[in-house]
Amino acid sequence: MNAPAYNFAYLDEQTKRMIRRAILKAIAIPGYQVPFASREMPMPYGWGTGGVQVTAAILGPQDVLKVIDQGSDDTTNAISIRKFFGKTAGVATTTSTVDATVIQTRHRIPEAPLHGGQILVYQVPIPEPLRFLEPRETETRRMHALGEYGLMHVKLYEDIARFGHIATSYAYPVKVNARYVMDPSPTPKFDNPKMDNCPALQLFGAGREKRIYAIPPHTSVVSLDFEDHPFTRYRFDAPCALCGAGDSYLDEIVTDDKGSRMFVCSDTDYCEGRQSAGHRGSESAAPHKERAHG
Amino acid sequence: MYVAVKGGERAIENAHRLLAHERRGDRDVPEVSLAQISEQLSLGVDRVMTEGSLYDRELAALAIKQARGDMIEAIFLVRAFRATLPRFGATEPVDTGAMQVRRRISSTFKDIPGGQILGPTFDYTHRLLDPQLAEGFSPEPPMTGEASIAATPRVTDILGRDGLIEPSPEAGADSVVGDLTREPLSFPADRDLRLQNLARADEGFLLALGYSSQRGYGRNHPFAGEIRFGEVEVEFMAEDAGFAVPLGGIALTECQMVNQFKGSATEPPCFTRGYGLAFGQSERKTMSMALVDRSLRARELGEEVVAPAQDEEFVMSHSDNVQATGFVEHLKLPHYVDFQSELGLLRKLRKEFAEAAEVPPMQEAAE
Repeated sequence: MNAPAYNFAYLDEQTKRMIRRAILKAIAIPGYQVPFASREMPMPYGWGTGGVQVTAAILGPQDVLKVIDQGSDDTTNAISIRKFFGKTAGVATTTSTVDATVIQTRHRIPEAPLHGGQILVYQVPIPEPLRFLEPRETETRRMHALGEYGLMHVKLYEDIARFGHIATSYAYPVKVNARYVMDPSPTPKFDNPKMDNCPALQLFGAGREKRIYAIPPHTSVVSLDFEDHPFTRYRFDAPCALCGAGDSYLDEIVTDDKGSRMFVCSDTDYCEGRQSAGHRGSESAAPHKERAHG
Repeated sequence: MYVAVKGGERAIENAHRLLAHERRGDRDVPEVSLAQISEQLSLGVDRVMTEGSLYDRELAALAIKQARGDMIEAIFLVRAFRATLPRFGATEPVDTGAMQVRRRISSTFKDIPGGQILGPTFDYTHRLLDPQLAEGFSPEPPMTGEASIAATPRVTDILGRDGLIEPSPEAGADSVVGDLTREPLSFPADRDLRLQNLARADEGFLLALGYSSQRGYGRNHPFAGEIRFGEVEVEFMAEDAGFAVPLGGIALTECQMVNQFKGSATEPPCFTRGYGLAFGQSERKTMSMALVDRSLRARELGEEVVAPAQDEEFVMSHSDNVQATGFVEHLKLPHYVDFQSELGLLRKLRKEFAEAAEVPPMQEAAE
């Protein structure tokens, strides 16, 4: 039987070169979706194969990797991807946003500001911001080429006419470098302003749809809006029940079947950092121990 | 007091351990061997090799065992392994006309040179559950006869000699074979890439699309010109040696559909082709593939694209079951950050709706 032997960070060097070429092109044309020959990865499509391929292509032995899903380092898929690189690349891993050189994320941008030299890798399910307005790739590529984004503005306008608000709360479309309309991946729109003029490099990988795109450091990223309906962030109006933060995006946790709720930071590293610095919320306890099972 | 849920890492390890236990099943029952899967569930192995795009019976059998018989999961395992293999190049085109035929039928001619050969087939069996098979049944050895030395030319070649069917386009000696696993696919796609996509496509998806074309959604009047199954030789052009080196034999099923075509002002009318090819004995797959291949040639043949089976972006973007299952099943992953965002918006809209309903209707101004 053919016993498999795997390269550093799983992918073979030829494949990494192909992905790096796509990344370089993506950086050269901010917000433009570069097609790449996405490989079949040993985890399912839709579970971060694009982000994993980008991370595998840029990772070096000296890198320190952080992986988050929903802002948290301990969600199951984040653990699974972190273990994958721990095993195939043997790189150091961390949960600290500040210490990481590469952060792979699904659905969140960390609360702590990113710094120069860091790379944020987003997992992207549907890279095409126009997809739900026009299902055909041949059409949407033409619309991007011509900068023809009227359809998107009509959609946002229709939202306002129907609901009184732009009814998009995540994957909120942005314009990058005043040229391409881009899907920020399904992050809540709360995170959109963090992409603008960010000192870190932001890379986006969509494995199933075979696209890579990028926001180079210090690039303008503007959320689409109208003068009389400006873009607004949303966060539940409460402090975090564990660390008392009033500025972080919150997860809603259902605590019983009688409608009780509590709200805690979705970014676990941020929350734990604040708690160890002495900040307390209404429900503070020792959140670091493993919950005893059985 | 609230304690945040942790311990996902241990939960994953325990889940995998439980999975391995369930996979084994009752340990008093003997373990199934790869040879048993390969020999006795051979059509399943054929499907995994075909849609996994890797001709290796042993690995396909291992994948089926590891996947507990879940075919799409097995195909996924094979694909992920295939992705790591180095590429040495493309083989010479296989000559299915020179196939060592085990089964070969035509529904367009009663008799053909080389004859109709039924071979091992479910066709004409009565689908009655056979209790004998439950245990210890030893079937009679098959009938044998003298191997015929008669050639078995392809039916479409016989039609082609009279120009009754469009010629198959010949690839140039130096033309590169497209490979959608190595180059990103773009639309419109050429037929080589379409056929590669269809060969890897989910059998059930192609079956439904082919069926829809028969029921009038982009009808193309098919006849099963020929279906053949058997062994062909695979050769690789060794640059150093300067000649093609035989690598071995593989089992293939080929289906050539003969379809109607009216012709044009400049071309006399002739039949058109739909083509299907798969590893092993995969007749349903190759027939469905041939129907859909013909449907997808609508643009090339100047037909109006009106049905799903004719729409190449629709078909090719949704045919791959490994992609499809990943994206459908990713809905199992946590989405609570986005859901929270949607909840916030929905609560706001409902609040505004309730407030608007509370405002009393404007009174008529008193005169």
